[in-house]
Amino acid sequence: MDAYTILQQAISGVATGGIYASVALAVVMIYRAIDHFNFAQGEMAMFSTYIAWSLMHAGLPYWWAFILTLAISFLGGVLIERVIFRPIHDAPVLSHVVVFIGLLAIFNSAAGFIWDYTIKPFPSPFASGGLFGSTLISLHKAGMIAVTLVVLGLVYAFFRFTEVGLAMRAAAQNPESARLVGVRVEWMTALGWGMAAAIGAVAGMMIAHDVYLEPNMMIGVLLYGFAGAIVGGVDSPGGAVFGGFLVGIIENLVGLVPFVGSELKLTVALVLIVGVLMVRPSGIFGTRVVRRV
Amino acid sequence: MSRPLLEVGNLTAGYGQTRVLHRLGFDLGEGEIATILGANGAGKTTTLRALCGMVRREGEIRFDGRPIGGLSTEEVVRRGIAHVPEGRGTFVRLTVEENLRLAAITRKDRSAVAADFERVYDYFPRLRERRRQQAGTLSGGEQQMLAIGRALMLRPRLMLLDEPSFGLAPMIVQDIFGILRTINSEDRVSMLLVEQNASLALDLANRAYVLETGRLVLSGPAAKIREDDSVRRSYLGY
Repeated sequence: MDAYTILQQAISGVATGGIYASVALAVVMIYRAIDHFNFAQGEMAMFSTYIAWSLMHAGLPYWWAFILTLAISFLGGVLIERVIFRPIHDAPVLSHVVVFIGLLAIFNSAAGFIWDYTIKPFPSPFASGGLFGSTLISLHKAGMIAVTLVVLGLVYAFFRFTEVGLAMRAAAQNPESARLVGVRVEWMTALGWGMAAAIGAVAGMMIAHDVYLEPNMMIGVLLYGFAGAIVGGVDSPGGAVFGGFLVGIIENLVGLVPFVGSELKLTVALVLIVGVLMVRPSGIFGTRVVRRV
Repeated sequence: MSRPLLEVGNLTAGYGQTRVLHRLGFDLGEGEIATILGANGAGKTTTLRALCGMVRREGEIRFDGRPIGGLSTEEVVRRGIAHVPEGRGTFVRLTVEENLRLAAITRKDRSAVAADFERVYDYFPRLRERRRQQAGTLSGGEQQMLAIGRALMLRPRLMLLDEPSFGLAPMIVQDIFGILRTINSEDRVSMLLVEQNASLALDLANRAYVLETGRLVLSGPAAKIREDDSVRRSYLGY
């Protein structure tokens, strides 16, 4: 194994890491708003990808289908919050977990029912071949990285520089105080769901070209996304993004180790989750909760 | 005399099965400062929380003649009532400036907002010095200033103040009460003040209400209440 292969795998890891980072960010956004992990995040993204596929089959060009899918996913996310999670927002953790898993199963089988379980190819908006003719990174992977960076940049700018972003941060941090300055906290939560669903949709559409479109395509990705979120810190969006990239790179490099190979790659995510939780329960950038007694 | 700014009648509120307030009735005129006195657990904080919908409440609450008893907290606030809560409600991970900016996002009058930033920073120069700092790093007194500053950025007609002197050094308390007086006289902001320090509260207020286990037992001009023997013994300590 030479340095070139290692570099190639590391860059490829950045590309998939961007997808994990997006999923991790989506998970963290909802976690910060409602204090629960959305186990259905991956299946929601998968469903969005199917919608994009249908739109493209109906004859829409890639980027139009892409944008329309984002809008539909956003509305879907808002709707899920309003219809399903608003009524149970005071319910105990277990109720939330059950609903999340129910949602996961519903999206999974609904996708199978509507679009059947056969594996479908999903187009890439980028030309085939290597970037600048090199074999180091394909145009698709380079495009994936670019799209991910644009999405992450937009999300960052939104939270950093807009008033709605500020209100959303405030609502997640301290809902009671946010109400006291007139922030409509419930709508901020719904907005968070919509944005998370849209970010997930981007991840789904980008990764589907590599893993092919089928109802279970996001399960592995979600696991890596969770790993990224936990490594980075579940309450830190920046940490989750960092964790996502890190997990992607580790995953690809570990695949090079002879006895691990690609079969054990998924295990790496689980080992990371368990390992980080044991050593640093709040993740690298997460805030440790200190309670006064 | 014109209609009071805040009219409360038959106000009942509580947590779960426990009733804390029993058919409270009082009102507050435009530009007036009223204080609610009472022992721990008398229902002072609950009264403020009931007014802005932070606890379940029943009864009649009118603000500027319009009923607000059924509104959610954020809608009450948008009508012009700013609550400075117990514990100060700081957004600890936001900067001082973001804390203030947040309170102005419901407003449309951009230029007046800019002027209000200056006004808050003039009242509290410490906040100006620390505008870029995370609010969680402020001292208790500075966080209280920030809480009042946030309330001012809402351009309220009524401020509900829950123990603004709590845990602060006497010098800082003096400052803060002086500024409250200025806000009241210059901007005609009415205030409803809950305060452990009864003597301080009666100095600032025009009117006073005394609560005992959720019931109103005494009310009148602050100067009169100060002379009341039982009030003197229970709350003023002489």
